[in-house]
Amino acid sequence: MKLLTREALLSFRRAPLLSALSITTIAFSLFTLGLFGLVAINLRAALRGLEERVEIVAFVLRGTPAETITLATEDIAAFPEVQDVQYITEAQALGRARRELVEFRDAYRDLQVNPLPASIEVRLQEGYRDAASVERVAQRLRGFSFINDVRFGREWVQKLDHLRNVTGIVGLVIGLAFAAVAVVIIGVTIRLTLLQRAREISIMRLVGATNWFIRGPFLLEGALKGLLGGLLSLLLCYGGYLLFRDRTGGAFAGLIFFQTFQMVGIVVFGVMLGLGGSLVSVGRHLRHV
Amino acid sequence: MIRLSHVDKAYPNGALALKDVSFRVGKGEFVFLTGHSGAGKSTIMKLLFAEQRPSSGEVRVSGYDVSTLRADEIPRLRRRLGVVFQDFRLLEDRTAAENIAFALEVTGARGDTIAARVMRVLTQVGLAARSRAYPRELSGGEQQRVAIARALVNDPAILIADEPTGNLDERATRGVFQLLRDINAGGTVVVMATHDLDLVRQANYRTIEMRDGGVVYDSAEDEANEAQAGEAP
Repeated sequence: MKLLTREALLSFRRAPLLSALSITTIAFSLFTLGLFGLVAINLRAALRGLEERVEIVAFVLRGTPAETITLATEDIAAFPEVQDVQYITEAQALGRARRELVEFRDAYRDLQVNPLPASIEVRLQEGYRDAASVERVAQRLRGFSFINDVRFGREWVQKLDHLRNVTGIVGLVIGLAFAAVAVVIIGVTIRLTLLQRAREISIMRLVGATNWFIRGPFLLEGALKGLLGGLLSLLLCYGGYLLFRDRTGGAFAGLIFFQTFQMVGIVVFGVMLGLGGSLVSVGRHLRHV
Repeated sequence: MIRLSHVDKAYPNGALALKDVSFRVGKGEFVFLTGHSGAGKSTIMKLLFAEQRPSSGEVRVSGYDVSTLRADEIPRLRRRLGVVFQDFRLLEDRTAAENIAFALEVTGARGDTIAARVMRVLTQVGLAARSRAYPRELSGGEQQRVAIARALVNDPAILIADEPTGNLDERATRGVFQLLRDINAGGTVVVMATHDLDLVRQANYRTIEMRDGGVVYDSAEDEANEAQAGEAP
């Protein structure tokens, strides 16, 4: 075991430039994967927030008597999908618009007549926030004679969802391309070490070292490079994350970073890349020395 | 200990390096393998430590069948053999003692026994005082002694020496040869390929002569025939 570690570490001293190159390539491969991963997890977090807020808004015809609406609200609240129902009067709608839509504050202040309709806002129970349930509830709301129009934000939720998937796939493709390059570079490094040490290896063979014993240091070398590359990529990702979060003036203050298991996953993937590169190279070239 | 029966070995281009070679080597024997370059001596050596496999026929060494040996069994066979070459094959960046220790380390010997075993074989080959010398600081004869010490350190049953004196002057040759005789006297089988006929004549050991990939003379068979001839009348 001592010999194994010593031999593996020696290779870093023997070919420092190539070792640094392998580690950097792995780091960049994982950095790319990591950046897209960060975008994807942040989009997902944002979407989860949005999903909780999925609302169906049913606009009420002007002049509908308050009792009708109260009765209807009770009916709607009894739907199995519905979590709660809120009636927003015309005045409340205007108040909210003035509060929330800062840019239009002036326009709303000078209004003589309130242009906003009253509405019934419906929030759905967890488990019923999918497109089909929302559509079903919306359909039922349209059935009330005093309902003018029903809107829900499902469509752009789906668009965001789609964007998240695309981000994930693009990140995966680019990351995997980098990963392939990393595997090749590690393979080349290992091959050079193998050639450099051909004499030593032939003597090891001669005195009866097993193949796994001969391979061991090379595999460990690859795994170590993968480990270092993985850790470096996390550092890069964290740097990029901090930079983006702080330079954007608080607009993205709520950005999240990887959780521990995700970080471990990235490092493990790095180790596997390193191990894979050296396995392939050792398998292909050990026979010829 | 060693048995070759009807061994053929073809080169990739189809030409035969060995043609129908058969002989046995028993316990405690010292055998010279002689012949010109290209006669097939080295090919036989390579078959003995499973560097190559026969194209047909059977090669048995120390209980292992080289023809059918699985790749993962080759190291086990080699641990029971010692192999010595003309070019010594020492690692230049390690001392004499480290070169020998290396052979123990890579076969997984216990760390605390290594130093003592290395000193034992260095003493056996008469180089205890030179244990910290690097190969470039040693003469050819001394380098070959280190190589022999490395071959001995695993207590092999068979020592295979391929032209061990090929690179040595006369004095060093005598020294190395005497060392091999001593090793044989201790019970280890020695198979030595050489084209130094003076050496062969010096000692009355069994001699197998190769020519064009075949055995043309085996002194053991000769003696057996003479013995038979003596009994016949």
